[in-house]
Amino acid sequence: MTTLPMTTAKKLGLVIDLDTCVGCQACATSCKEWNTSGYSAPLSDQDPYGADPHGAWLNRIHSYEVGEGDTGRTVHFPRSCLHCETPACVTVCPTGASYKRASDGIVLVNPETCIGCKLCSWACPYGAREYDYAHGVMKKCTLCVDRIYNETLEPEDRVPACVRACPTGARHFGDLGDSDSQVSKLVAERGGFDLMPEFGYKPVNKYLPPRPRRDATTSASGDKKPAVREVESDADPSALTTRFFTWADKVLSR
Amino acid sequence: MHPAYSVIYFTCATGAGYGLLIWLAVFAMMGALPLTPAFGLAGLGVSMALVVTGLLSSTSHLGRPERAWRAFSQWRSSWLSREGVFAIATFVPVAVLALGWIVEGRSDGVYAVAAAAAAVSALVTVYCTGMIYQSLPTIRAWNLPMVTPIYLALGLATGAVLMVALMAGFGALAQAHLMLTLAVLGGAWLLKFAYWSTIDGAPREWKIGAATGLGRFGQVRPLDPPHSKPNFVMREMGYQVARKHALKLRRMAIALGFAVPAGLLITVLLGGLQAAAFPLAVLAAMSALAGVLVERWLFFAEAEHVAMLYYGKQEA
Ligand code: SF4
Ligand code: SF4
Repeated sequence: MTTLPMTTAKKLGLVIDLDTCVGCQACATSCKEWNTSGYSAPLSDQDPYGADPHGAWLNRIHSYEVGEGDTGRTVHFPRSCLHCETPACVTVCPTGASYKRASDGIVLVNPETCIGCKLCSWACPYGAREYDYAHGVMKKCTLCVDRIYNETLEPEDRVPACVRACPTGARHFGDLGDSDSQVSKLVAERGGFDLMPEFGYKPVNKYLPPRPRRDATTSASGDKKPAVREVESDADPSALTTRFFTWADKVLSR
Repeated sequence: MHPAYSVIYFTCATGAGYGLLIWLAVFAMMGALPLTPAFGLAGLGVSMALVVTGLLSSTSHLGRPERAWRAFSQWRSSWLSREGVFAIATFVPVAVLALGWIVEGRSDGVYAVAAAAAAVSALVTVYCTGMIYQSLPTIRAWNLPMVTPIYLALGLATGAVLMVALMAGFGALAQAHLMLTLAVLGGAWLLKFAYWSTIDGAPREWKIGAATGLGRFGQVRPLDPPHSKPNFVMREMGYQVARKHALKLRRMAIALGFAVPAGLLITVLLGGLQAAAFPLAVLAAMSALAGVLVERWLFFAEAEHVAMLYYGKQEA
């Protein structure tokens, strides 16, 4: 049924921290690895070792350069389905293969009934749906629906593969419909925002903006400086005892 | 947007087929055409051949054509589903109309009702086709109120030129047919001309800064793409014809779609060329269809998708 549920009991989604993401692609590769053997048919690749390799991935990590000169910065930008509350990708689907779950708000494609008309991908402003050329059906982020409720996994693994894989903790998973949840608090605290809210699709996933830049005048105050620096600055680095202790410290910490 | 030939042929052929069907049904109801079996076979035959080949072509665009029947289920929300439902529903009154016309040589009573139903159902089908595109907010050049009227107008125009060819073939061509066809053809291409000036003049409101939410920190430029070769999104949504080619193709569409058929029809009209009317009208119909094919190719190739902002387009 491609008409949307009026409300969903939960609004499960991701909060992505653009401040701490380092663009390492761990989430994207972990996603591909899990989902090529998970919920839907495998995520096929075309011409993988040839001149024009491409394939279906559910998570894409862009890197942008933002601003000019001294104030410029690099921002890594993971992009996947935002599990919108009122997405046209679902309502345009002629078969009912695309649907939004009333229980948790996850937007899914049924690989058994999708006819591969690709209309849903046209309706998504976020470029989040990728057609699988080998299987002839549409693929998209499932929020790892086959992990998050999976009781055969350890409790700490019952989160989307991307969240589990992120080495910098830049990805958070939870119920954004519950204002007391960790993710909702994080969004409130850090000024989380929606991508292109003007479309009215009401994305559930939120992005946390990069923190303000720190320079000589705004950098962390003394209490954040590593203690060892202070010690070093007091000592004469050329003194034999200091060199000895530095050497001993190195050897012992191996 | 990637111009898929299966979809281009589908929309042009069904547009012309349903357009012709509408004229046939209306003229039959009014008793304004020869109710002979030969005319019925030729008219309904050409119209249904265009519709059926168009529908078949559309299924070749699908990744899973064997599941196409599933597309009839979501008419509550999906214009694509509604289009499918009405496309199939139209065959029912057409069959009744064909029975009356070809077998019984009649178009009154129940056959008139069937003719009216066929015309309305055909009109609604083309309307649904237009709405599939018009209803997408992600594509600025499609999300315009004149998109669906243009689909209807060009369908009716190509159908009208086909109708003229048929009438000429059966020696039943009247001046009124020619004048009506010229008016419909002119009106349709005037609308299309207005469309092109609209999309050329419209501001490109969607910016890369809004797409990424990073605009507040300054100009956003792509640094590292997520993949080394185009993915599905770039292949499907990233196709765009160069502006100077587009302008050339627009002129070609107007020449083939409007100028040539209008010129031929005017020649027939003013020259009173009864003998040459049929070949000239067939030529006009072929040219009109070719013009609409070019127009439809451009409809896709000139349309920008907002998702391309993530791939470095500054605005869309
Ligand atoms: S991000 Fe795109 S695919 Fe995902 S729910 Fe929103 S519109 Fe649909
Ligand atoms: S590609 Fe599949 S999921 Fe998408 S609109 Fe078509 S049938 Fe629905």
